[in-house]
Amino acid sequence: MTTQGSKMTLQGSDLAVRFGRTVALDGADVTISPGEIVAIMGPSGSGKSTLLHVLAGILRPAHGEVRLDAQRIDNLSDSRRSSLRLRSFGFVLQFGDLVPELSLRENVELPLRLLGRPRAEARRRGAELLGHLAVAELADRRPGQVSGGEAQRAAVARALAHKPSVIFADEPTGALDSVAGEVVLDALTGLARKEGSSVVMVTHEARVAAYADRTVFLRDGRVAA
Amino acid sequence: MSVSRILLGLLEPHSQHGYVLRRRYDEWFGNSRPLKSAQVYATLGRLDRDGLIDLTGVASGVGPDRRVYAITEAGVGELDRWLDEPEVPEVTSSRRVLFAKVLIALSSGRPAEPMLDRQRHAHLDRMRELRAQRQAGDLLTQLDADFEMYHLDADLKWIDGAAARLARLAALVSRVDDAEKESR
Repeated sequence: MTTQGSKMTLQGSDLAVRFGRTVALDGADVTISPGEIVAIMGPSGSGKSTLLHVLAGILRPAHGEVRLDAQRIDNLSDSRRSSLRLRSFGFVLQFGDLVPELSLRENVELPLRLLGRPRAEARRRGAELLGHLAVAELADRRPGQVSGGEAQRAAVARALAHKPSVIFADEPTGALDSVAGEVVLDALTGLARKEGSSVVMVTHEARVAAYADRTVFLRDGRVAA
Repeated sequence: MSVSRILLGLLEPHSQHGYVLRRRYDEWFGNSRPLKSAQVYATLGRLDRDGLIDLTGVASGVGPDRRVYAITEAGVGELDRWLDEPEVPEVTSSRRVLFAKVLIALSSGRPAEPMLDRQRHAHLDRMRELRAQRQAGDLLTQLDADFEMYHLDADLKWIDGAAARLARLAALVSRVDDAEKESR
């Protein structure tokens, strides 16, 4: 069983995924060390997002395995994978994906509340992160009432709220202009480094990949040399 | 980099001696290649010879460092011309080498894909260095790093585009080869 807050190695070995006749992953191997920031790049259709979904336990591979430290996670039941994602992973998607009916503050507190943490603790952590990300004064607004960049910073705060082992980011700045994108990336990578979370980040932009410690380049569902 | 025109521009606000000009140059542009003293004096000597600057005095101290120069009317005209004229849009020869390497690799029957992969990694490594410099640096450093990063980004887009079309390019190169064999 994984422990929330502890930092672990994430390893995908010989991963294969097919969608009908389309081969999305074809024997991909990747290891993410604790605290490491890794960018996944590759042409359209090379399997970038599929690899991220498999490593994050959202998608089950047809072949191969995914381990978080010693624990194999790809063959867990749906409910156990879901619970593991909540405890050990954080997510930043291209369009923020915040709950539109909740304020930024409530969105950031959500993972902690779902994990059963006391309200006061969630409140404290939410305020701390929203402050770090310079959106504290917008805490009571809903995602639709703030700019795309501000919403994405709140999404970063939400991803970090429960101090996950790994944060998965799929084109985290894809919907932002370059300046707003830089603010989000500085926040995401800066705070992840400070708190020891790993980041796996899919991007097609080299300037985004430059924030990572290294880049994994995919071609035809495999990691290119 | 047009050192002579930059020195001319640095001289325009008020007369200066070589030492101050060199210090300012290095502060703004020296990241890529700091100026040597001899280069400054040789350049100032040429500008003086061409009537674009005048020697107006010698500050106390020893050596060519202490010669004070001022821009002339002709110098201001030349500076205007240089600033007004757009630079010729062109890629540097080192970037063309990438294109040449791909064609030579394919025409000699070598795989070009691993070469492009290695180049991509080298470019991404450099971009990481620049990003770190950018983060730690002031506004000048940031803009200097941005300039190189955007160019590297353009190279990477070209590398991706070339990598996606290697099979077609290899077929094209081999057709040219075959046609040449037939004509012999």
